[in-house]
Amino acid sequence: MTLKRRNFLYLLGASLGAAGLGIYPLEDAAWAADPTKGPFTLPPLPYPYNALEPHIDAATMQFHHGKHHATYINNLNAAVQKYPNLQGKSIEDLIRNLNSLPEDIRTAVRNNGGGHINHNLFWEIMGPNGGGAPKGAIATAIQSNFGSFDILKKQFNEVGAKRFGSGWVWLVRTKGGKLQVTSTPNQDSPLIEGNYPILGNDVWEHAYYLKYQNRRADYLNAWWNVVNWDAVNKRFEQAKA
Amino acid sequence: MAFEQPPLPYAMDALEPYGMKAETFEYHYGKHHKAYVDNLNKLTADTDLANKPLEEVIQTSYKDGKAGIFNNAAQTWNHTFFWNSLKPGGGGGGTPTGDLAAKIDKDFGSFDKFKEEFSNAAATQFGSGWAWLVDDGATLKVTKTPNAENPLIHGQKPLLTLDVWEHAYYIDFRNARPAFIKNFLDNLVNWEFAAANLAA
Repeated sequence: MTLKRRNFLYLLGASLGAAGLGIYPLEDAAWAADPTKGPFTLPPLPYPYNALEPHIDAATMQFHHGKHHATYINNLNAAVQKYPNLQGKSIEDLIRNLNSLPEDIRTAVRNNGGGHINHNLFWEIMGPNGGGAPKGAIATAIQSNFGSFDILKKQFNEVGAKRFGSGWVWLVRTKGGKLQVTSTPNQDSPLIEGNYPILGNDVWEHAYYLKYQNRRADYLNAWWNVVNWDAVNKRFEQAKA
Repeated sequence: MAFEQPPLPYAMDALEPYGMKAETFEYHYGKHHKAYVDNLNKLTADTDLANKPLEEVIQTSYKDGKAGIFNNAAQTWNHTFFWNSLKPGGGGGGTPTGDLAAKIDKDFGSFDKFKEEFSNAAATQFGSGWAWLVDDGATLKVTKTPNAENPLIHGQKPLLTLDVWEHAYYIDFRNARPAFIKNFLDNLVNWEFAAANLAA
């Protein structure tokens, strides 16, 4: 098989991936072929694909945002297609109220809606010229909840390394107002359990395989260099609202 | 006695002409599979389990809810089974023959129906996991399992598997899991291995 054929397969990825990552077979995802027709749309990445180099490479960002995230949105749109009353709802609304959704689309929304909202957060809290020590209100809160930023980082990296299979590691604000490190499998959002995600790292292999392959621990370490603390502070504010 | 990683039954680059690079096997066999075996040995060192057959360690750890041991034991077994489910040299894919072919026709309706069911299971396993052709005693079935789970803990006899963790296909196919599945069915399935498992 030639390189040419492989490139061809990549280009096909958007439509092929709809079946690969979602839970909808291709034929049900007719709408998915044109995401602009659905209520949910892919937010533009707030920085160029190569902005997080060398910690996260441009190719990874391209596939992650342009294929994986796009596929979740396509599948989410396909899932709500036959329920017009759900199409005006925000993604946060849908995820917070999974149990009130029609049973036949509950898993699809949990997986693909979760994939959508989790990736929205992920792009938002990263950025060029990121990293360093936390600042502002979140810095104080980390200090009082964990003792130090280093302790948080250590805990976060351990929990992220231990997530078996695909999933996420989070810094959340619990209903009781505490900061906590948690992990969810697959695309489950912390909102399902009533925790507000302030910061999260994607430990699906697609998030790091092109650059780090099997070395998830290296990725977890390097990732702190792209955290945008201003954006994290904004989410921390929203969490308290 | 420690658990051992069996040698890869073909060269790392044996499947290059059929869509799977040597680089994939260098990581998948050389790093991922090896890490599961190493972790299993670490976790069972100086315990009774260290001297048990791998299949028994899988069953016992699953029943006792020992997730760490189970995950590494099952992944040790699953990967060995997966390497054998792939046939190098261009002889893979195609159609099964004999008893297995007859059973597939009987239990799925046709070979094409089987392919469709298998592709669908492999494509819809959300997150990490495996797709299987199993013999559940009465009929052949297609199943899918998350993460390290396998048919052994469900009392089924595995005949064939495809690894759909992203690390199995990301180097060769990126996000295009369906292309990886199609390539497996068209070019790589080792039907002799599946037939031997059915007869065993």
